[in-house]
Amino acid sequence: MQTTTHHQPTTSPEIGGVGHSIPRVEDARFVQGAGNYLDDVNLPGMLHMAILRSPVAHANLVSIDSSAAMELDGVLAVVTGELMAAHNLAWMPTLSGDTQAVLATDKVRYQGQEVACVIATDRYIAEDALRLIDVEYEELEPITNPQRSLEADAPLIRTDKEDVTDNVSFTWEAGDQAATDAAFARASKVVSLETHYPRSHPSPLETCGIVADVNPATGQATIYMTSQAPHAHRTLFALVAGLPEQNIRIISPDIGGGFGNKVPIYPGYVVATAASLLIGLPVKWVESRTENLISTGFGRDYYMTGSLALDDDGRILGLRTDLLADQGAFYSDAQPTKFRAGLFHIVTGSYDFAAAHVTAKGAFTNKAPGGVAYRCSFRVTEASYLIERLIQNAAYEIGMDPAEFRRINFIQPDQFPYTSPTGFIYDSGDYETAMQKAMDMVGYDELRAEQAAAREEGRLVGIGMASFTEVVGAGPAHTYDIAGLKMFDSAELRVHPTGKAILKLGVKTQGQGHETTFAQIVAEELGIPATDIAVMHGDTDNTPYGLGTYASRSTPVGGGATAMVARKLRDKARKIAAHLLEASPEDLEWEPGKFSVAGSPDASVTIQDIAFAAYTNHPEDEEAGLEGVHYYNPPNMTYPFGTYIVVVDLDSDTGVWTVRRMVAVDDCGVRINPMIVDGQIHGGLTEGFAKANMQWITFDDDGNCIGSNFMDYLVPTAWETPRFELGETVTPSPHHPIGAKGVGESATVGSPAAFVNAVIDAVAHLGVRNIDMPVLPDRVWKAIQNA
Amino acid sequence: MYPPAFEYQAPDTLEGALAALAELGDEGRVLAGGQSLIPMMKLRLAAPSHLVDINRISELSYVRRENGSLCIGALARHNDVVGSADAKASGVVSSAAPWISDPLVRNRGTVCGSVAHCDPEGDWNSVMLAARASVVAQSSSGSRTIGIDDFIVSFFTNSLEPGEMVTAVCVPIPSGASGGAYMKLERKIGDYATVGVATQLELASDGTIAQAGIGLTAVNYQNTRASAAEDLLRGETPSDELFAEAGAAAAAASDPQTDVRGDAEWKRNVVAVYTRRGLAQALASATS
Repeated sequence: MQTTTHHQPTTSPEIGGVGHSIPRVEDARFVQGAGNYLDDVNLPGMLHMAILRSPVAHANLVSIDSSAAMELDGVLAVVTGELMAAHNLAWMPTLSGDTQAVLATDKVRYQGQEVACVIATDRYIAEDALRLIDVEYEELEPITNPQRSLEADAPLIRTDKEDVTDNVSFTWEAGDQAATDAAFARASKVVSLETHYPRSHPSPLETCGIVADVNPATGQATIYMTSQAPHAHRTLFALVAGLPEQNIRIISPDIGGGFGNKVPIYPGYVVATAASLLIGLPVKWVESRTENLISTGFGRDYYMTGSLALDDDGRILGLRTDLLADQGAFYSDAQPTKFRAGLFHIVTGSYDFAAAHVTAKGAFTNKAPGGVAYRCSFRVTEASYLIERLIQNAAYEIGMDPAEFRRINFIQPDQFPYTSPTGFIYDSGDYETAMQKAMDMVGYDELRAEQAAAREEGRLVGIGMASFTEVVGAGPAHTYDIAGLKMFDSAELRVHPTGKAILKLGVKTQGQGHETTFAQIVAEELGIPATDIAVMHGDTDNTPYGLGTYASRSTPVGGGATAMVARKLRDKARKIAAHLLEASPEDLEWEPGKFSVAGSPDASVTIQDIAFAAYTNHPEDEEAGLEGVHYYNPPNMTYPFGTYIVVVDLDSDTGVWTVRRMVAVDDCGVRINPMIVDGQIHGGLTEGFAKANMQWITFDDDGNCIGSNFMDYLVPTAWETPRFELGETVTPSPHHPIGAKGVGESATVGSPAAFVNAVIDAVAHLGVRNIDMPVLPDRVWKAIQNA
Repeated sequence: MYPPAFEYQAPDTLEGALAALAELGDEGRVLAGGQSLIPMMKLRLAAPSHLVDINRISELSYVRRENGSLCIGALARHNDVVGSADAKASGVVSSAAPWISDPLVRNRGTVCGSVAHCDPEGDWNSVMLAARASVVAQSSSGSRTIGIDDFIVSFFTNSLEPGEMVTAVCVPIPSGASGGAYMKLERKIGDYATVGVATQLELASDGTIAQAGIGLTAVNYQNTRASAAEDLLRGETPSDELFAEAGAAAAAASDPQTDVRGDAEWKRNVVAVYTRRGLAQALASATS
C-alpha cells in the first residue's frame, strides 16, 4: 500500500465521514456530570457488599469467625468460601484455563485475596462489619519473585491442584530453534540484554464494580458491570454460575477507563451475583482504589533476556529471547488460548531477518493474579520494549548510529505482506519513511552534534528512539479466541424512516469515543451525517454478540463490521433507489448520501429519501425496512507502526532526568477521527512515560504490596507529562474495509523504549547499557557511579 | 470514603474550639485543611471519635508580619503563603510554599496543620527549622510559645498537651541581608519529598554569614536540623568550597532509609547536592 502523509476526507464536513475531526458526542454528558457510571446505578432495596481481604501473602486459612459481624445491626450475611463451596462457586475458571479462588477455602495466596464478603444495608455498616470478622491464619513462606518460585525448595503455591508438583504456570516457545542456533553460529557479533519489565497496573480512574439484580420471581438476572466485554461475560456467567443465558442481561454503563483492567471476571462479581440470587435483592459492590490496585488485573512483570546475532556489516541474522513471567497466584492472563505468552513472538519487530526463537516460562508467586493486556495487544508491549532496547545496544556495540542501524535492518516497503520468522504476516508498512519524518521533526543530526558538544562541557544529553511495530485487531477467528469464543465482532445498523440511524455494536467503549468514530464510519459508507447516527453498546439485550473492546481491536474488527453492514444497507438502498428512479440498479452512481442515474445527474435520490421509501414505498420484491447485521471475521491482524524520539537532559549529580522533546510519528493506517487519534496517542505516550519514569507495583519481602494507593502508585499529572509533538504517515491496511489499523495502544507499546533509550543514550559513553524501569534517579546515579 | 463513625462540631469562635478540646481531651482532633487527617481516616489509620472543625474561625486565617516576625495563622492555606507579599520576608518560607504537594492540596491544606502533623516527609517543619520558627499553642487555660526544635518530638509526634491546638507559627524576620531556598526532589507533583533541604542564610554587613539554617526532610525519623553544617557556616565567608563542606556535613546528619523512593546512599548524596545548591541559591537572593 502506498504511504502518504495525510488521508484526505472524501465526504463533506456536514456528513462528517472518515477523516473529519468532529467533536466527541459523548463528551457533552461527561463534562456536565451527566454520565451514568456503575456507581450511579441505585436500585430500590439495594444492598451493599464489602470484601474482607487477606492481610498476608501466603497462609493456611485456619478458621473464620463471623459471629460478631453477623450481630451488627444492618448486616444480612457474611459470605465465606465455605458457603460458596456449598454452591460449587468457591472457584472459577480464568481466561488462561486455570482456576482462581472466588473466596479462599484452603489458603490465601496473595495479600488482598478475597476471604469473606459482608452484605449489609449500607456500605458503612459493611465496612465496620469487616473489622469484626476474626480470621486465623497460619503463615507460610511468601514467594515474592519468580526466581525463588522455581527453586527446588520453594513452597508449593498451588496445593489446590492434585497433579501439580512445582510452581510453573506454563512453558511455551515459538520460532525455529535450529535455524536460530545456526544464525548465532555464523554471527560475527552477539549483543545481549537482560532486563525486567516491571509489574504495572492499568489503574482506570473508575474502579471496577457490579450491581447484581436477580429477580427471585422470574430468575432474570440484570447485571450492571464495569465490563469491556459484556457479551463474553454473559456467556461466562452462564457457564460458571449455571444460569440460563437468556435470563442474563449484562449492562455495561458508561465506563471510566478500562485499559484491560475490566476484561477479567473478578471474585466480587461472582459473590455479589450469588448474594443477590440467595437474598432476592439487588447487591452493589464497588471497589475502593486500594482494592483495585492490589487485587485486580495487573500488566507486564516479565523478566526478559534477548540476544541479537549480527554479521560484519551490522545486519541482524537472528534473535533469541527467553522470558520468565511473574504470574501471581493464579494463571489468569487475558490472552488467546493458543498463545501462552500472548503475542510476545512479535518480538522481531520492524526488522528483517530470518531466524528467531522465543522460549517462555511462567511462575506462580504470592502476588495478585492478572497479566491483562494493559493498553496492549497481549504482551506486545514487552516484546516491543525488548527489541527496541536491544537494537540501540547493538548499534553501540558495532559503533553505528542507532538510526542508521535501524535503517539497514528495516523490513522494506516492497516486502509486504511480510512473513516474520515467528509466523506473523505483516499487512503493510513503510518504516523508514516514518523514522525519517520523526528525525526531521526533532532535528536529529543537530541534536547529535549538540550532544557531543555538551559532553565536552560535562553536560549529559540523551537521544532515544523506538521504531515499533504492533500487531492488533484479533481475530482472525481461525487462530484467535478468548476462552473458546472466536474473536470476530459485530454491528447492527437500522436506518429509520426519517433517515436517522441507530448503530449497535458488539464492542464497548471505555472512553475511546466509539459513539463518535463508529458513526463516522457509517457516515462514510452511507452519507448519513454522523450527527444523525446514535451508537449503542454495552447492553447484551440490545446489541449483537461481540468479544468486546481491548487489544486495539474495536476499529480493526468492530469497525470492519460497521463498514460491512453499512455496505449491505447501501446495496439494498441501491435497489430502492432504482425503484424510485425507475432505473436499473446497475445504472445508478453513488456519491456520499445520494444515488443518481448515470448520465442524468438531476435524476437522483438521497439516502434520506431512500430510507423513507424503505418504510413507505418499498419495491414489491424486497423486504420493507433498511436494517442489517454483520459479523466480521478479519482476514488478518493489522500492524500499526511508528517512530518515537525522546530527548532528555540528565543531572549527573542526582540522576534526575527531564524530557526536553518527545516526537511521535504514528502510522495507524487511515484515521477515522484524527483528533481522537491524537488524544489516544497523547494518553498512550503519557502511560509510557509513567512506566519509564515513575510507575511500578512492587512488593516487600513479606509480600506486602507497595503501590496500594495513588500516593505510592504514581500516575503522572499534566505537570510532569512532557509536551508531545505528533506526526503521521498513512499506510492503509490492505485488508481492512476502510484501511484503518487501530491505534489505542501504539503509544503505550512504543514509547517506553524511547524514553529508556534516551536515558541510556545520555550515559552510554560511560558504558551503561541497561537500567530497569522505572528509570528512577537513584538507579541512574548508581549506574553512573558504577560505570 | 468509609471511615468509622465519629462526632463532629464546627465552633464559630476560637474560645468555642478551645472549650471543646478541653472537654474532649485525647478524644478530640482538630480538623483544619484535612489533607492528612481525612486520608488517614479513609484508610482507617486514624479513627478519631470527635472532630473539632476550625474552618469557621476566620480570625485564624492570616499571613502577616507582627513584632518582627512573619506569622501564619492556623487557617492559612499553603496557597495563602504562595500569594502573600508579607511571606517574602522569609526567603525559605516563600521558596517552599509552591513546593507543597499539588494545587488542590495547597488550596485546602494549612501550614499549621502540616507543622502539627510532624510527618518527617512533610516539608514545612524543615523550613521552620531553617527559619528558627516558634509555634503558638493555645488551650482554654492560656497560650504558650514553643520553639520548633522542642515542638517536634518524633515521628508524627509533637509536644502539644491534650486540649491544646496550634493557633499560629511565627518565624523571625532577619534584620540583615538574607535569602533562603527549599530544594525538593519528588517523584511527581503531589508526592511527598524523597529528599528535601531547606536553607536560610543571613549575612552580616561584612558579607560573612551571621546565621545559617538548614532543615532536612524525609531523611530521618523526624525533620532534622543539620546543626554541624550550620556551625560550619556561621561566621565564615561564603564560597563554593564552604557550601560543599556544609553539604557533606548535612549529608552526615541524615540517616535515610532505602525504600521505594530510592537507595539510602543516593539519598544521602542528594542531601549533599541540594544543601550545596540551596545555599548557593540562598546566597544569590541575599546578595541580589
